[in-house]
Amino acid sequence: MSARSDVVDWALECYHDLDFGVVHGWLEEESGRTAAGYLPVYAPREIIHACGMLPVGIYGGGDQLEIIRGDAFYQSYICHLPRSVVELAQSGRLDFLSAMLFPSTCDVIRNLSGMWQLLFPEQYVRYLDLPHQRNTELGGAFWERELRTLLKDLGEVSGRTATEEDLKRSIGVYREVRHLILELYRVRREEPWLVPTEELYLLMRAAEVVPPETFLEQGRAYLEAVHAEPGRRRDNSRVVIVGAFCEQPPLGLIKTIERAGCYIVDDDFLVGNRLLEQDVPTDGDPVRALADTFIRHASKTSILYEPDPAGKRHLMAERVAAAGADGVIFAAPSFCDPALLDRPMLRAGAEAEGIPCIAFKYSENSGQFQQFREQAGTFSDAIKLWGGT
Amino acid sequence: MAAEKASWVHKDRSMELQKKMIARHFERLERAPRCGEPVVYTFVPGNLTELIRSFGALPVLPEINALQSGMRGKSKDYIAAAERAGHSEDVCTYVKCDIGMLKSGNIGPTGTKLPDPDLLLLSYTGCYTFMKWFELLREEYNCPTVFLQVPYQGDGRLAPEHREYITDQIRKDLIPALEQVTGRSYDEDLLRHHLGLAAETEDHLVAVLESAKNRPSPIDAYFGGVYYVGPIFSAFRGTEEGVEYYKELRSEVEARVAAGLGPITPDGPLNDQRFRLVVEGPPNWTSFREFWRMFSEEHAVVVASTYTKVGGTYDFGFRHDPDDPLGTMADYCGGCYTNLNLPSRIDMLVTYIRDYEADGFLINSVKSCNSFSAGQLMMLREVEKRTGIPGAFIESDLVDPRYFSAANIKNRIESYLQMLAARAGAA
Amino acid sequence: MKCFVGIDLGSTTTKAVVLGSDGAILGRGITNSRSNYDLAAKVAREEAFITARFGLLRQKVEEAAGPQLLDHLLKAFRLSQTLAQLHRLRQLVADEIERTVADHLSAGALAAINEIFDATETEEEAWFADDDPEPRSDFFRDAAGSAYMRYAEEIADPDGVSFDLLVGLYDKCIIRVENEPLELGFRHHINSALQRIGDPAEVDSAVQAARDAELEEEKTVGTGYGRARLPFPKEQIRSEILCHGLGAHTLFPGTRTVLDIGGQDTKAIQVDGNGIVTSFQMNDRCAAGCGRYLGYIADEMNIGLHELGPLAQKSTRYVKINSTCTVFAGAELRERLSLGENREDILAGLHRAIILRAMSLLARSGGIDEEFTFTGGVARNPAAVKALRQLCDETYGARTLNISADSIFTGALGAALFAHREVRA
Repeated sequence: MSARSDVVDWALECYHDLDFGVVHGWLEEESGRTAAGYLPVYAPREIIHACGMLPVGIYGGGDQLEIIRGDAFYQSYICHLPRSVVELAQSGRLDFLSAMLFPSTCDVIRNLSGMWQLLFPEQYVRYLDLPHQRNTELGGAFWERELRTLLKDLGEVSGRTATEEDLKRSIGVYREVRHLILELYRVRREEPWLVPTEELYLLMRAAEVVPPETFLEQGRAYLEAVHAEPGRRRDNSRVVIVGAFCEQPPLGLIKTIERAGCYIVDDDFLVGNRLLEQDVPTDGDPVRALADTFIRHASKTSILYEPDPAGKRHLMAERVAAAGADGVIFAAPSFCDPALLDRPMLRAGAEAEGIPCIAFKYSENSGQFQQFREQAGTFSDAIKLWGGT
Repeated sequence: MAAEKASWVHKDRSMELQKKMIARHFERLERAPRCGEPVVYTFVPGNLTELIRSFGALPVLPEINALQSGMRGKSKDYIAAAERAGHSEDVCTYVKCDIGMLKSGNIGPTGTKLPDPDLLLLSYTGCYTFMKWFELLREEYNCPTVFLQVPYQGDGRLAPEHREYITDQIRKDLIPALEQVTGRSYDEDLLRHHLGLAAETEDHLVAVLESAKNRPSPIDAYFGGVYYVGPIFSAFRGTEEGVEYYKELRSEVEARVAAGLGPITPDGPLNDQRFRLVVEGPPNWTSFREFWRMFSEEHAVVVASTYTKVGGTYDFGFRHDPDDPLGTMADYCGGCYTNLNLPSRIDMLVTYIRDYEADGFLINSVKSCNSFSAGQLMMLREVEKRTGIPGAFIESDLVDPRYFSAANIKNRIESYLQMLAARAGAA
Repeated sequence: MKCFVGIDLGSTTTKAVVLGSDGAILGRGITNSRSNYDLAAKVAREEAFITARFGLLRQKVEEAAGPQLLDHLLKAFRLSQTLAQLHRLRQLVADEIERTVADHLSAGALAAINEIFDATETEEEAWFADDDPEPRSDFFRDAAGSAYMRYAEEIADPDGVSFDLLVGLYDKCIIRVENEPLELGFRHHINSALQRIGDPAEVDSAVQAARDAELEEEKTVGTGYGRARLPFPKEQIRSEILCHGLGAHTLFPGTRTVLDIGGQDTKAIQVDGNGIVTSFQMNDRCAAGCGRYLGYIADEMNIGLHELGPLAQKSTRYVKINSTCTVFAGAELRERLSLGENREDILAGLHRAIILRAMSLLARSGGIDEEFTFTGGVARNPAAVKALRQLCDETYGARTLNISADSIFTGALGAALFAHREVRA
């Protein structure tokens, strides 16, 4: 067993464990500990953490969970994620959560917040209306007040009112987390053979459920190990994955893309963990700092209004350039409004700049990868044959 | 058949009035670029018609155009055009219909050309798709866009700070944008005048909607209701024409109440009403009459519907208040049906079933609209639990004819009504 | 006697049930649905009256001559019906040859079909004479068709009267036979049946009584997917949901939940103590997870639909299947096979996937209450039943699960009961 595979095995175990054993372990370590769940895409984990709670990302049940109760709540034309979230909850697997946050990712998650209020009246439920106004005077003030409400409410839920110092400490912890994530992505981008996408992805998934300190430890150990055990370089194309920010593709699909000849050198899997593109300052009022950083430095994503039309048009080109990629794979969950409504605009922007693109849809429990293998393989070959532009 | 047709063709004066108002509006829109009248596109939920009008601008409501395209049998081709251009088959068909219409010459529902917008007023009220819709239109029209974020009532109320956020945005963002686009300055007195007219219009509309508490109900509050809310949802709230229309409508409805008559349906007057229903969800527009007939043939009348509240929940007491122009607009936006959380929507259905003495309720779940549809199965269950009345659940779409399976829907409606009858018989 | 008839016009079969004035079941009839709905309903009704008349003479014949004779009489009756249909089919095929087959082939074709029909008749006689015959479909089109094809294949000449020619003739004419009224009733065939078994004198009076019994159709109610196309006035049409609920309640009075999985749709129904439906849910317009899905799988595996369940029963585990989309059924199956999964385990997974879809409809309709009845074609599939039992146990706890051998008649029974109730009321 190598250091690297130890970390990967650990992350894989976190990924497969639909009973959140690692969270239970943390909760049981000390009496009075509490956890708050949040749905994709973005939740201010600093706030949760500052109240002494463990932030737990709830990303559905993947392809392992059999849906028995969840389908009773959703029509066939609604994406898969909420079914498996409801399934997890109805089977008691989320009973450990004292609070559940529903960010304004889309109307399905929004409405789930109301369902949750009725299904689990004993849990604290909050809908987080992210600010779309990108100026601090309007959007910033709004978001700051939302964050203050959340901070106060979660303090009551956990029984631990966060002080300014607590919040600054948490901001510091998540700054480190973000730095580590960005470092992992940097290595991945620059030497993709060192960090296979599936391993990077598993680490990101683990980061959503384990205490941040644990992630920092494991992630750093992994980074050290990858240089000692470089993988084989392959003649792969380099692609950016766009659209997979909420309902997650099955691990098999991520592996399939890479094995079909595409290095995924940038993606928006679990993008909430790096949505803030700048550090949150810790001088001054920390709540205001968190709010301002969101307003000024949230990365462009389908879940937020984009005030600048040109920003949207150039987004793919910017991301492709930053990642040194050859093309874009638009991979969206079936029936995903944010990803699918944004796709024509993003794609037109990419194609206007001569960036090769392909698009497909998946769901978290897609069981057949043949079609993805063929598409990604053909795409990779085409890029190699005819080049990026 | 002939007799039925004749009775359908029979039109109340209010219908004629509405038809003329709408025709005039679209003619004016067609002339707008020549006449220098600025045009503002905005959405029905959270539409700030009074404010737009106070700047001398004309509103265009893309959802209304899309549903009209659906009723006129044009949506299929429009949607196909949008899908060919890369829009997913999974997303809202209003958007695709609108984009398809744009790509096909932008001829509006009355056959006149729609002007390009001078401003896109993105009143973000309870529907995620709105945001993408105007981002998409912005690509086509290259005009300024103002984003007005209306916080969702996640806790079942519009918090004071949310109200303030909306008024701040109107004051600091929207009004300056309107001033710039129209070249006029903000005229609060004129705005108050329009808001006063709006309140008057709303009084009449509420009287019309509440007339359904009578037996027989003089209106169908869903299939007829969508016509009744037409003017107030589109461009005529806060206008003299709007007041005139609603006065006329109200007097017709009151006359039917006095005479003990039901509404006119595609099958003629529905005086013998065997089922009183409450309906949740938008109708299907491509087979609107066929859909309506599935109810009227079974002598079912809809006494209340939530869809007719997407442009405002006036029957729960809200009126535009000329004394607090910005605050009242914030309250209006926050309170639109689409902006209510699921528990509030359930409360509303339960209230309707109780207050309108309904025998049953039906949810028409449309594929297009996650804002409406996600969670409706839970609503079904909760309303059943709280009222003891079983509900019906059918699935269709707004304007995509591929998702209207007449046999399947008819089967469900018939089965449901027979079930209600059997239960009533057994009781 | 006054009778009450229920007709269930389904997408693949049409069923009829006849009730007596006391509401007891007198007879059941079934036929394949066809383009002429009116005729399908007529055939099913006639079949139901035939079994009703056989029911009337059963006791007396058994007393007078023992159960074996009754069985012989019934088989002889069925043979007589079958021969009448074969005869008509032969005529039609012969006419068709005369009209459409080229002169140089027509004599050969005529000889061929005579040979085929002679052989088929002999085979039918043998089948009905057999005390333990091979099981086969009850429908004329299937039985006659399979024999015809076999013989046609044997005698076809690729350079002359080809197999395709013979098949074409059959396909054209079987539809005509099915869609024209042919006398197949009790009175038309009972005499020839008696003759075939040697006119036993001891049953004479019983047969006479059954033949002469006045079975007066007091009221008929239609239901089923095609009910709107039945030539009945609107008041005589009931939704199949209501009929299924009432039918299941009558078969198993303790029933509170009914699950029906048919070819095209799945229904979850809750009923009260009187069989009145209190809530129901149906699958959406997509046929995923219905019987049709199993049909695609059977076709893909090139086995009979009835073999699927028993094969799945041989599995030791199940493979998780995430999609019951009919469009992807084949692809899913092939991908699983290519991954090295074994056929039985995949099939077990497919059955579980179908039942999972049904479970979500059941949950939407209000769950599974104590005493639960499973009807429809899929209820005859043991692997589906096993999966349902398992999932029901896991989700709701132990429940009594009823499955009737006559579950296919549940809807027709409910319709007949509505007819009966209304006249009584």
